[in-house]
Amino acid sequence: MQMNGGQALIKSLEMEGVEVIFGLPGGAILPVYDPIIDSPIRHILARHEQGAGHMAEGYAHVTGRPGVAMVTSGPGATNIVTPLADAFMDSIPMVVITGQVGSSSIGTDAFQEVDTVGITRSVTKHNELVTNAQDIPRVIREAFHIATTGRPGPVLVDIPKDIVDPTNPRSAMEWYWPETLDLPGYQPVTTGDPQKIREAAALINESRRPVIYAGGGILKARAAEVLRELAELTGIHVVTTLMARGAFPDSHELALGMPGMHGTYTAITAMQEADLLIALGSRFDDRVTGKLDGFAPDAKIIHVDIDPAEIGKVRRPDVAVVGDCRLVITELVRELRSLLDATPAADRSEWRSRVSGWLERFPLTYEPSEPGELLKPQYVLEQIRDAPSTPPDTIVISGVGQHQMWASQYWRFEHPYTWVNSGGLGTMGFSVPAAVGAKVGMPDRTVWAIDGDGCFQMTAQELVTAAAERIPVKVAILNNAYLGMVRQWQEMFYEERYSEVYLSPDLPDYKMWAEAMGCVGMRVESPEEVPAAIEKANSINDRPVVIDFRTDSREKVFPMVPSGATNTEVVVDPSQQGFAR
Amino acid sequence: MSTQDRHHTLTVLVENRAGVLARVASLFARRGYNIESLAVAPTDDERFSRITIVVDVESAPLDQIVKQLFKLINVVKISELAPSDSVERELLLATVRTNGDDRARVLELLQIFEGKILNVGHAEITVSLEGDPAKVDDFESMLRPYGIVELQRTGRVALPKLDRTL
Repeated sequence: MQMNGGQALIKSLEMEGVEVIFGLPGGAILPVYDPIIDSPIRHILARHEQGAGHMAEGYAHVTGRPGVAMVTSGPGATNIVTPLADAFMDSIPMVVITGQVGSSSIGTDAFQEVDTVGITRSVTKHNELVTNAQDIPRVIREAFHIATTGRPGPVLVDIPKDIVDPTNPRSAMEWYWPETLDLPGYQPVTTGDPQKIREAAALINESRRPVIYAGGGILKARAAEVLRELAELTGIHVVTTLMARGAFPDSHELALGMPGMHGTYTAITAMQEADLLIALGSRFDDRVTGKLDGFAPDAKIIHVDIDPAEIGKVRRPDVAVVGDCRLVITELVRELRSLLDATPAADRSEWRSRVSGWLERFPLTYEPSEPGELLKPQYVLEQIRDAPSTPPDTIVISGVGQHQMWASQYWRFEHPYTWVNSGGLGTMGFSVPAAVGAKVGMPDRTVWAIDGDGCFQMTAQELVTAAAERIPVKVAILNNAYLGMVRQWQEMFYEERYSEVYLSPDLPDYKMWAEAMGCVGMRVESPEEVPAAIEKANSINDRPVVIDFRTDSREKVFPMVPSGATNTEVVVDPSQQGFAR
Repeated sequence: MSTQDRHHTLTVLVENRAGVLARVASLFARRGYNIESLAVAPTDDERFSRITIVVDVESAPLDQIVKQLFKLINVVKISELAPSDSVERELLLATVRTNGDDRARVLELLQIFEGKILNVGHAEITVSLEGDPAKVDDFESMLRPYGIVELQRTGRVALPKLDRTL
């Protein structure tokens, strides 16, 4: 069948099962927008290309399917660099299509021309400039394959205008759909080496102070169930990194919560004192390890990861298994079962009592506000979490900063894929557009964006998209009138010299702004108003809701491992200081 | 660590596609790995090219460099050649000032090293030398006192030593 490159591109996306594209058209991508009118694929018109990219990420986070974004050349492409980098850091499957100037104009500094493939090379898993219309189905097929297999990540496909423009003879192509792929350099290993898995099982069985260090790879591999099986079979405690919140239920007796710079005291300390860390789809990020030299000094390491380059990148493992977490853990459980039949596990009773001692002495805590004081952000989170109208499988999306840490700490994640945030890149402004994408992917679920006032101001315009498209997300702005995390560092490490962090609580007027964008806007200043506002927000299902919660700017995130310190130097909430470990 | 120990040769078989060299080069730049030398040429199979990279393993562990390189979709195969297990060759071209008696001395040097004369001028000659990198280094340092006008070295290329056991 003869068709033009633009039609072939859209048809290729249909063949890949794409149900929604997040995008914003412009000159170079214009010809591809025409066949969208005739396609069953839904297009969501973002108000900024960065928004389109984060929407695609949010969609991918909650559905596990690749998010698709489409933008034009030049500024369209540069505006989506941040979401690409974000998706690359957090291993989010995403396919981004960018328009490019016509082939004959490439290299001439044409209008809206940038070297998109060059600019995005280091923030994509792969990218490709397509030079012939005939290659479009193959390149799209490869892009989805690469984005979704192995360690997932973003793939960018750059499409010159001439090969999609029906008025240009270069756009003519004969339709086909490739049955096989020819990628000789891309063969991700998914099944683990049985010998290494046996070694891992033996190491686990003889360990006295083991901790499972579960990372985002658990969620990518859809391995939450087998992780739970492993934990319950062995009775080993589990810490879930910022990217793995929800991979193991917080209510489980073996759950220790989040490790790292703002993790729970118990998660940090258990890792630090462990004799064995079972790292599953986690990458020894600096925010988890603290000062590397002093990290978990007595621990042997089992490292399971689908990316061979993660093995030994930061910490040399004693046993390394390259493979898909779900497949490897399944085999590990099988191996451990037969091992346990023959040899009982080492005695861990003393370790268990130490861990429960830490849990008891150092729970997450904060000082409730006195009457007349501003709201405590943790209180707002608890109220949203515990409201009877908030379903237990609510999806929580955050931006980056204090509110992100409080959301990760104070929400109780019971289900996988209920927590979406920007972990590796730390992209402020992530939450509003990501929430829109998540709600599109999971329209029947309640989606709460927990945002900061600084973050909200970066990408709030995507609420216009949400209102126009009737995507009823809910946004809680924890408005402390500051760039709160920076303020916290300035208070603690820069002698309270506050430099360029004040934002004002009511400039802009968030309630009016929300209303101007077609949302329901509310403002909440005192604790007793909180439940009713949440109730109202949860009852609205035809448009987005924004609540401006006025929170106390003096509140700091604890526990905290100061930057550059080892994890033994964790600073707990002032009310817990003075307790000996 | 001697330079010999610091430098390892990687031969990287890549798909012969636009931009592959840029991908390899930007990976090294992005991750702070040092390239000592680089040579690229098509192989006998036109679908592939071979990039021979001499890397400085003090800038990063070799294992990590190899793994990161292998993540590039267009990289098909990587072999590491330790200097002791490989035959390596490099080519040097140099234009040298040869006033008066110097010309005879340079020609003598060239004969000892088995180099070639490529071009002759009134007061300069251009010579070439092919050899293993240490030999090329020696030749370059012997040549230097005469006054080098221009000098160009290729990156090295290498193949594994053959197995001689029966």
